[in-house]
Amino acid sequence: MVELNAAVALLGRFPALTGVDLRIEAGETVLLQGPNGAGKTTLLRLCAGLLAPESGNVSVLGHDLTTGSERRAVRRRVGLLGHSTGLYEDLTVAENVRFWARAAGLDAEPSVERVVGAIQRLGLDDGLLDLPVHRLSAGQRRRTSLAALVVRRPDLWLLDEPHAGLDQAGRNVVDTLIGDAVAAGGTVVVSSHELERVRSLSPRVVTLAGGAVHRDTGS
Amino acid sequence: MRRFLADARLVAAKDLRIEARSRVVLNQVAPFALLVLVLFGFALDADQRTLRAFAPGLFWVAVLLCALLAVQRSVSVEQADGALTGLRLSGISPAALFIGKAAAVFVQLVVLEVLLTAGIIVLYGSEIEQPLLVVATGLLAAVAVACTGTLYGALASGLGVRETLLPILLLPVLAPVLIGATRAFDDALGNAAVDGWAWLGLLAVFAVVATAGGALAHGALVEE
Repeated sequence: MVELNAAVALLGRFPALTGVDLRIEAGETVLLQGPNGAGKTTLLRLCAGLLAPESGNVSVLGHDLTTGSERRAVRRRVGLLGHSTGLYEDLTVAENVRFWARAAGLDAEPSVERVVGAIQRLGLDDGLLDLPVHRLSAGQRRRTSLAALVVRRPDLWLLDEPHAGLDQAGRNVVDTLIGDAVAAGGTVVVSSHELERVRSLSPRVVTLAGGAVHRDTGS
Repeated sequence: MRRFLADARLVAAKDLRIEARSRVVLNQVAPFALLVLVLFGFALDADQRTLRAFAPGLFWVAVLLCALLAVQRSVSVEQADGALTGLRLSGISPAALFIGKAAAVFVQLVVLEVLLTAGIIVLYGSEIEQPLLVVATGLLAAVAVACTGTLYGALASGLGVRETLLPILLLPVLAPVLIGATRAFDDALGNAAVDGWAWLGLLAVFAVVATAGGALAHGALVEE
């Protein structure tokens, strides 16, 4: 599913990952932790095919990410929730969710039921469907961004601080979402500073420090 | 190929929908375009003979200034909240993304050209003697400007340079379009004895090179 061997990745000229060895099986949930600058976000972006490894081997969902064409191929199978929401301010919630589903390669326009279902699953009110994103609160934007992932049903979920900016109810929804994704056979990698909350989701915790795996409770 | 066209259409429709909602072109760029024509009129002493003589050049300078705003808007839409990362992650090919974004800028430029054409007729008293040449010039120049602008917009965005640098990067490259389109309009408006259709050839070559070159180079600019 995900396998990194001595993976090195640069941010500019700075080595953000200095030699990561990690193996994640299909259907597993892995929690990434570590101090700021440890390389958590870079690791997620590397697994999403957004970064090329400088050296080492990176294989995700059967794609060898050392080649550009394979990185592009894996992107449609991966759902990455980053620090920014990636939403268009002037489009409505429903239009954003539909656009990102189509952009990710869903052949047909996702049905209204599927879009509404994803939005409801994230605890968003139906009344928000036709509201432009610029009128949403930060928490509602975060949930909309997650809804766009839910509609796509990716094989690999890469969630970078998914609880950030959410209230208690929103955090509970995210936890349920992660549980549902795993139950549906998906693989989930979550980066979070909220250790107590995320530890209840999975026994496997990978700690990064200085761009390398410092500790892995699953190895 | 079907996937490519579907992705390009998806991106173009998204950009045009955003434009329809925000109305930046309608409420800001279009009034700016007309204001430029009026200011040229003030600068040239409102003498209609002079204005008519210079109308083709003034028209295309106004188009290029408006194109800068349209391109900057097209780039900023993707930068506002990390949407470009989402587009890269979506698996849409960089070439399809380029064609989609250029197509949306093209549509906006054509609307502005129609408005500016009405402007030079009303304000400068210009008369169109060869409508077909006007339409062909307008379309080819819009393709050339939209494709070049989209490519340089991605370049400026990818390099992280300030958007104020975009005009310095883009306008010199578009000088052949300005020259070719102005000469073609000189013929179409009956201002000078030049072969406008020959200048149209220059525009066609520029448009083809800008489209193909942009589609090929865009990937290197949006990828990290």
